[in-house]
Amino acid sequence: MRDSLLRLTRVSRSFGPVDVLDALTLDIHRGEFVAVVGPSGCGKTTLLNLLSGYDKPSSGTIARSGTVRMVYQQSGLFPWKTAEENVRLGLRHVTDEAEKKRQIRQLFGLIGLEGFGGHYPHQLSGGMQQRVELARALAGDSDLLLMDEPFSALDYITRLKMRGELARLLHERPRTVVLVTHDIEEAAQLADRVFVLSGRPAQVRREIHISLERPRDITHPEVVNAMHTVLAELGLEKNGMQAAPSAVLSGGIV
Amino acid sequence: MKSKKIQPRSYLYPLGVAVIGIALWAALSASGVFPHSSFPAPMEVAAGIQDEVKQGRMFQDIIASLFRVTTGFLLAVVLGIPLGLVIGLHGGSKAALLPFVNFFRSLSPLAWIPFAILWFGVGDVPSIFLIFMSVFFPVVVSTMAAVSSIPSVHFRVARDYGLRGVEMLTQVTIPAIMPQIITTLRVTAGLAWLVVVAAEMIAGRDGLGFLIWDARNGLRNDLVVVGMVVIGLIGIGIDRILMQMTRIPSVRWGYER
Repeated sequence: MRDSLLRLTRVSRSFGPVDVLDALTLDIHRGEFVAVVGPSGCGKTTLLNLLSGYDKPSSGTIARSGTVRMVYQQSGLFPWKTAEENVRLGLRHVTDEAEKKRQIRQLFGLIGLEGFGGHYPHQLSGGMQQRVELARALAGDSDLLLMDEPFSALDYITRLKMRGELARLLHERPRTVVLVTHDIEEAAQLADRVFVLSGRPAQVRREIHISLERPRDITHPEVVNAMHTVLAELGLEKNGMQAAPSAVLSGGIV
Repeated sequence: MKSKKIQPRSYLYPLGVAVIGIALWAALSASGVFPHSSFPAPMEVAAGIQDEVKQGRMFQDIIASLFRVTTGFLLAVVLGIPLGLVIGLHGGSKAALLPFVNFFRSLSPLAWIPFAILWFGVGDVPSIFLIFMSVFFPVVVSTMAAVSSIPSVHFRVARDYGLRGVEMLTQVTIPAIMPQIITTLRVTAGLAWLVVVAAEMIAGRDGLGFLIWDARNGLRNDLVVVGMVVIGLIGIGIDRILMQMTRIPSVRWGYER
């Protein structure tokens, strides 16, 4: 049994009369990549706030070991700091300036942005900004990476590239990841386990294991399979996994 | 990044408009539509400028006005930005103080003239006081507004990375409002320059406002126009200088989106 990095036991969170999370139990192990998907408004952001310690549950317990870094939806980079100054934030605990410089150089090499350290975020493309954001989150030695729809602001092609990039970065710098997303494809392509949440109050409807190694192709049968399962679970796929074109057609005509 | 060259049209076009404007002015004053005594001709004004430059009095007036504006403006900014930060960051202070800030902001600084003279007599201080009153409250309000419009994600990220207290202020809150602060400084410096003229007319013994008032009392309308021209040109100059602040690399993001 692997050790648990984050354990939620019957966690509930309500805001006034609205129950957002209801007795949610999750166990996240060290080194695994977990994705949480669910319909919009199901409490994904509430869950993230609880996981990061930003918010407290109404009832239930959250046991967390290790340090947490968060990667935000829209760029969380400070626009008044250069890319390098932003990444430096992630290395505040490093006191030796020479060591800090060495790590910064290494990180910019890792994200393939050597020579861009002096650029301000608005001078970089959306994909480049998000790579700097990843470098900042991976700087130092945090244990848990929480990602709040990190690529949702990017165009589709860039998003695909960034997923590959994330898989590669995690290979270089292993972290435990919780990815909260509404992008089912993203979840299936990246995660070892996908939790499908129900509508409010959110509970885990289904847990899907994907044991394929990363990086994965989105067209790999196992990834496609996982997507089918998630879609069916969310009620977005009517014809099941063996849907042949004719079946889709007949379904469509009705 | 892109280096912007100064294009010839940025000075040739305004120069052309100035030439046309002065020509129209000359034609109008030569036509005799307006009585000569109330409509000085361009050449008289040019001669007036020469006179003033020779006597050196105008330089003293310019320096007196600039001194008052700079002192009052800097005092208002140095005190107004911190107060705006406090009101913007602290809900209780906002509830307590914002109504009063808005009250004084709505009050024309010129309404203070009677008390300015009563309290400070004649000279630099009443003008500095009036400039302070005209700059301080707008600076407080726009600093506060700028603070409230900082996206909360910036504060969350800052907390994630362990920024607290003074570091939060110097690395997040203040840089986040700098673009708006610079815009506010440009607007309020213009305001201060407007107010100094009015203040000096009533509570001054020198300065460009007094120059205009003195010329009017001496029926020297050509010198009134000289004063107006100088005030306008210096106003442009002040804005140009403050505009340089928008070139600071760490505030460019505020102007390029």
